[in-house]
Amino acid sequence: MSDETKTNLNRREFFSYLSVAWISFTAACAGLAGLAFRFSYPNVNFEPEMEFIAGSVDDYEEGVDERWKNGFGVWMVKLEGKLFALSNICTHLGCIPNWLPAELKFKCPCHGSGYYTSGINFEGPAPRPLERYKISLTPEGKIKVDKTKVYRYEKGQWDQSDSFLNV
Amino acid sequence: MAKGFADKVRETQVWKSIFRHGPPDNARNRAAVVAGNVFLHLHPIKLKKSGVQLGYTWCMGGLTFFIFLALTVTGVLLMFYYRPTAEYAFNDIIALKEHVPLGIMREIHRWGAHAMVITVWLHMFRVFMTGSYKPPREFNWGVGVILLVLTLLLSFTGYLLPWDQLAIWAITVGANMAKATPFVGHGGPGAALAQIGDFVMVSDKNDVRFQLLAGRFVGEPALLRFYILHCVFIPLVVGVLIAVHFWRVRKDGGISAPL
Repeated sequence: MSDETKTNLNRREFFSYLSVAWISFTAACAGLAGLAFRFSYPNVNFEPEMEFIAGSVDDYEEGVDERWKNGFGVWMVKLEGKLFALSNICTHLGCIPNWLPAELKFKCPCHGSGYYTSGINFEGPAPRPLERYKISLTPEGKIKVDKTKVYRYEKGQWDQSDSFLNV
Repeated sequence: MAKGFADKVRETQVWKSIFRHGPPDNARNRAAVVAGNVFLHLHPIKLKKSGVQLGYTWCMGGLTFFIFLALTVTGVLLMFYYRPTAEYAFNDIIALKEHVPLGIMREIHRWGAHAMVITVWLHMFRVFMTGSYKPPREFNWGVGVILLVLTLLLSFTGYLLPWDQLAIWAITVGANMAKATPFVGHGGPGAALAQIGDFVMVSDKNDVRFQLLAGRFVGEPALLRFYILHCVFIPLVVGVLIAVHFWRVRKDGGISAPL
């Protein structure tokens, strides 16, 4: 090494530079790991909207209506003067039950859970009733279903105002 | 005559350029065979006689590795005909049986997967019963536990690829276990604590299940994600850990033997 390239770092300075270098390197690695983690969450997905307009109250007859099941995963149920939006996700392990009109029940093909028209479980391993989604009327009189807000029977939430419509 | 020919082959430059050591007819050359080979060098140069005693080791680790290699080969072959999209996946699975020679290839892959889960558990059982998890091998036990979990995850991710009703609902149920993870799954204990007013921090669009499925339910993004995990990501991690595992067997005193 020639004299020109020699530096006059003393031991203390050397270690402070080394600390800065290691801290920068560690921070860069952690930042890259964080970015890689964030990369696994896409900004856009192409799943159905969580809110949708479900026609008007007159479109529904007494009983279970399956028109929104495939698109949005919701049964519209009109029962004893109330209209509510019932989730079609089994509370056991998350499969999708079938509506059996002849037996007036929802029956899950995965493990046999059964629910009444109201959504309350009565057979199989399901630990609690199906969930209901927020349902309200728009100013134009259309029905709006909001799946981001759920109402659970076992928490006494089916009495809350936005869990059903009076019809 | 034959021996003379073999000797002539051994003297060619091609042979000598591949095998840098002499014939393995003495201890030094036999050691050089192992130490000079990139694949064999993970293996100890010398074994105790008891190390190859089948009744003690069951060769379960070796069998697991053999099955892993067989699954890698059959898996790569299957990839030539399989497209991980909602439109093609199921039809390609049928085509692998109906339109391709050796229609049994996917069954070999599937049976191998079952067999590997069995052998990896038996290997763990053997290591436990012989006390081979004890120091100085405790680190390698930890590596082995990770490899066991990765083996199960390989089975789990491969389960979705046939894209039939069984696959979709099995993964739905399995992914709902991720939903129930404490703090990072939106249905799990602790998720409700991470709520500030109306703002839900852990919801179905940012929890660990969403990361696994790339969505709220099992759809085409989940199929692609599971395909990449199954065919590339997890096998790479497993390959690295297998190398570490074998290397540590050698470094931690060789394969455990009867005392």
